[in-house]
Amino acid sequence: MTDIAFISAGVIGFAILMYVVLDGFDLGVGILFPFAPDETSRNTMINSVAPVWDGNETWLVLGGGGLLVFFPTAYSIALPAFYIPVMAMLFALIFRGVTFEFRHQAHTSTELWNRSFFWGSVVAAFAQGVLLGALVQGVHVEGVRYAGGMFDWLTPFSILTGLGVVAGYGLLGATWLVYKTEGKTQAWARNAAVVLGGGTLVAMAAVSVMTPMLRPMIAERWFGGLNILYLAPVPLITGAVFITLFWSILGKRELLPFLCTIGLFMLGFFGIAISLYPNIVPPSLTIWEAVAPRSSVMFGLVGVAVVLPMVLIYTVYAYSVFHGKASAEGGYAHHEHE
Amino acid sequence: MPPMDAEILARLQFAFTVAFHILFPTLTIGLAAILVFFEARHLRSGEEVWIRLYKFWVKIFALSFGMGVVSGIVLSYQFGTNWSEWSRITGPVLGPLIGFEVLTAFFLEAGFLGIMLFGWDKVGPRLHFLATCLVAVGTVISAFWILAANSWMQTPQGASFVDGHFVVDDWLAVIFNPSFPWRFLHMTNASFLTAATVVAGVSAYHLLAQNNPEVAKRSFSVAMWAVLFLAPLQIVIGDFHGLNTLKHQPAKIAAMEGNWVTRSHAPFHLFAIPDQNAQTNHLSIEIPYAASLILTHDPAGVVPGLDEIPLEDQPPVGIVFWAFRVMITLGFLFFALGLWGAWARWRGRLAEDRHLARFAVVMIPAGFVATVSGWIVTEVGRQPWTVYGVLRTADSVSPTVTGSSVATTLVLFLIVYGGLFGAYLYYLLKIIRQGPGALTVRETDERPEAIRGARPGLVVPSE
Repeated sequence: MTDIAFISAGVIGFAILMYVVLDGFDLGVGILFPFAPDETSRNTMINSVAPVWDGNETWLVLGGGGLLVFFPTAYSIALPAFYIPVMAMLFALIFRGVTFEFRHQAHTSTELWNRSFFWGSVVAAFAQGVLLGALVQGVHVEGVRYAGGMFDWLTPFSILTGLGVVAGYGLLGATWLVYKTEGKTQAWARNAAVVLGGGTLVAMAAVSVMTPMLRPMIAERWFGGLNILYLAPVPLITGAVFITLFWSILGKRELLPFLCTIGLFMLGFFGIAISLYPNIVPPSLTIWEAVAPRSSVMFGLVGVAVVLPMVLIYTVYAYSVFHGKASAEGGYAHHEHE
Repeated sequence: MPPMDAEILARLQFAFTVAFHILFPTLTIGLAAILVFFEARHLRSGEEVWIRLYKFWVKIFALSFGMGVVSGIVLSYQFGTNWSEWSRITGPVLGPLIGFEVLTAFFLEAGFLGIMLFGWDKVGPRLHFLATCLVAVGTVISAFWILAANSWMQTPQGASFVDGHFVVDDWLAVIFNPSFPWRFLHMTNASFLTAATVVAGVSAYHLLAQNNPEVAKRSFSVAMWAVLFLAPLQIVIGDFHGLNTLKHQPAKIAAMEGNWVTRSHAPFHLFAIPDQNAQTNHLSIEIPYAASLILTHDPAGVVPGLDEIPLEDQPPVGIVFWAFRVMITLGFLFFALGLWGAWARWRGRLAEDRHLARFAVVMIPAGFVATVSGWIVTEVGRQPWTVYGVLRTADSVSPTVTGSSVATTLVLFLIVYGGLFGAYLYYLLKIIRQGPGALTVRETDERPEAIRGARPGLVVPSE
């Protein structure tokens, strides 16, 4: 019999990874927003993500919704446990999201919405990093319910992962802009990518060192027996991708830095999955304990199998419609008579 | 209990955030269909007026859709933060319904909204029209799943309660639960009616202000046809929905009618102050036999009373009673607007009747108020249950989340949503004041037939 819990966890993982990469670059654009050379650059930057941000953010709803479909127990433990960072993320995403419409209508209050875009993006990215750290470090569960307090999530480790995700999303945004812009904006984005690439390198290294120290089980997973041999490629490939990243930025390549950054996120995600498996809520709740009844999982998986390929196809199509360099006048400016 | 009770605060927070959210889909579901109509007319006739109207209304659509997206994401996580027990217990039933909404509707809308808004120079006109159609279809699919989920909580079936949570036995029974078809029709039609009224009201404003009236009179005509047709349809659907509720949720009907004692020849209360403690009404003004007539289509029909419901299982009567009266009053005002429009059209004065135009302007918010009132009736009327008759609201909240946390986020929601709504209205009014702009070719002068009403012979006189 196939392991439906494992497949379900794969679906959730896929949705989260898609979210992190896709919304990561548009949140990254927001993180970089106030540092752009000028207002024309900012217009170009926001135009480069305006047609796709809504689709990108939908993966977050699929991640949350998917957790409720396949692992309702994990959903009902994690959200009360992470109440404050979840709420902070939601409020931040509100401010970030409305900017796309409001800023374009604004004349005198553009600066207000620039700030809303920046702070919304930074806080959302930081909160998502905190959520990651809070999950990895473990959640106090008794039976099928959360049994900790409102601030259990707040530790140095979760602050570190929060900062790491801000740097990582910033890197995704910067490399996306290297790909989607030209001239002054692109040159500035290249410099930003070098700085943020360094920040991401430091953060990933620090998290990689600290994670096995959180629980003996994680250290055992990485270093026990021959595991270190099997798993050694993960950090080695990560190192190689970092080298390629910096080399491609300095070599003025346009698409490769963005692809390298996506690769870094996939490797980081894979590393975390190795550390946590088979727990969905560490340190003790496994995917088999948390999985929904079979009738629900099968219904959900049939939906995913039928619909998700179509979603991916038209998402690729929607991106392809807006291929090429973004411009400051593109997008909304084509509406009549401003 | 501490002074701040987490349950009532969580209920207030959910009521506020969901009511705020539903304002936007209520407009965009209907407006998407109207945009499909405008673009189809443009594709077929090539008339500039239709693309002017499309490009004007798509701005309002985009602004409102964005508000719907950001306020909707909140809800998908609030289920877990404030209602973790509900999530765990009902997740196996409602999770997949919400999951299907994401997969089949949210991605479709988001994927093609970009093309709809920004794709004018990137794709051909037919592909652009397809994008508009897919976004419109997406909004209706979204309504389908979320109303299936809500309706299952009103009239649960197809699942059994095993090991402390629900397990689904029959998905078709879950989705097509008894109240779903009527709730789905009632809500989607409410959206169409709300959007039609908004288009009528904004067009009327432009007619009154003489802001490119040659464009505004066209959208006014379309919207008033829609109101004429949709308003009576909504009353009929609402009646069937009520009969369905009578069968499956008699306590809700008793609260809507303010009927404390099961009886035949029950009157309809035009006005009353329900008193739940005394289990009676004060200052009641009644239409004899009317409740029996409406609910059973027989003046001697028996209407259930709250005396059959133990006090701890009764919904709060006053809120349900009054929200219901607000909704039906507005329902009949829509009907009146449609009839007045038809009469003015018959006399060839549709675009000239300034009293009608003022009435249409005043009715702009009515669809939103009616829709929220309707939701208050059905949601408060389901209390004290989240899943009717099976899971109590008190047993649905997150046990570890403190009242002060819920209170803090509730205050933040009030402030943030208040500010956002202000900004939304500011930019909305700015777009509306700009209007659709003047036609570059005075096609109304060159092609007088273009401004005729849909019925031959009813020529709207040009100025």
